Amino acid sequence: MTELEFEALRAFLKARSGLALSPDKRYLVESRLTSVCTRFKIESLSRLVWEIKSGRSSALENATIEAMTTNETFFFRDKAPFDLFQDVLLPRYIKERATSRRLRIWCAAASTGQEPYSLAMLLKEAAARMPGWQIDIVATDISNEVLEKARVGVYNQFEVQRGLPIRLMVKYFTQKGEQWQIAPEIRSMVDFRYLNLIEDFSRLGQFDIVYCRNVLIYFDTPTKANVLRRIAQLMPADGSLVLGASETILGITDTLTLDSAYRGLYGKSASGTGTTRPALAGIR
Amino acid sequence: MTYCLIVDDSRTIRKVSRDIVESLSLEVAEAENGAAGLAACQVRMPDIVLLDWNMPVMDGYSFLKELRKRPGGETPKVVFCTTENDMDHITRALEAGADEYIMKPFDKVILAAKFRELGLLSETCSV
Repeated sequence: MTELEFEALRAFLKARSGLALSPDKRYLVESRLTSVCTRFKIESLSRLVWEIKSGRSSALENATIEAMTTNETFFFRDKAPFDLFQDVLLPRYIKERATSRRLRIWCAAASTGQEPYSLAMLLKEAAARMPGWQIDIVATDISNEVLEKARVGVYNQFEVQRGLPIRLMVKYFTQKGEQWQIAPEIRSMVDFRYLNLIEDFSRLGQFDIVYCRNVLIYFDTPTKANVLRRIAQLMPADGSLVLGASETILGITDTLTLDSAYRGLYGKSASGTGTTRPALAGIR
Repeated sequence: MTYCLIVDDSRTIRKVSRDIVESLSLEVAEAENGAAGLAACQVRMPDIVLLDWNMPVMDGYSFLKELRKRPGGETPKVVFCTTENDMDHITRALEAGADEYIMKPFDKVILAAKFRELGLLSETCSV
């Protein structure tokens, strides 16, 4: 693959998925797209770039984007965002939505489903405190392949053990040979949908809680700002956004503001000036 | 320093487990079966026991039941680490007082996540 072809591929990925591939990631392209070449019977990466530029195969374009996205995830990944959900956000919204008894949650980069299913299990554990509530969990991803796996909800032994407490596994999974399938009662709580974050997502409706972890790191600053601004538009004034531990909005947008008490938690900025939102008092 | 006792009859598994546990900055001791594990607990009660199921002399299940009867034996977190990878064994282990369960083969990510879940690693401990 020539330098020009690599540049063309970078431009394609940026335009179609927002993925900002730095010039030093050439090795990543070669390691990830070789299997796409094999699958589509394309003899070289140069030819693959040519085929993409010709715009003749949307299947090839989608496969290329999917191969270049990172789908690393596991149940209760990083633990803290789920402690935050269980100990802070859920008590808060149980109180604040006591009248409507409706809660909408969006996992914006759901990958193979471990994040939304982790939240669904926590909600199921809290069911006694939420009788008659209508809870929507919408889980989106740019890869149809990972979404299909997420919908089936079958995980191998490594996947099911990474972060999942054994008592929850016993309670919510069924063994199928070497595999483990999540219970229908949890699976039915999550609505998996294809979504490209750089495209319009206003049709999803409003969300009280948005988990958008470890995806913005792959975007450049203008794209991050654009996505964050549109996420904020889907949140009510008291909505909550949870980002990955290594992610920040500092210098990117003033539509959201850091909650001073909890790492990774952001609220909607009232004034748009980026002032720090007061801590969620009395809940900790 | 958090003290971990590895009870496993396989020298290889003990070595692999020790390497992982030490990399998480825990202090480690080893025992080759349940009876030797109980003797080690008599000398110093561990904070956590990484426990195989099938071993000669005394198996992990018998070890756990005996440990939980002893003074101070309710304190250690016990994590089974075994090739017995079915729901029946897992349920029995939990009923006998196990805190967590790892199905072999395992890796550092799995082990660290279980230790973190049990509050034995800080949230920021990298894996």
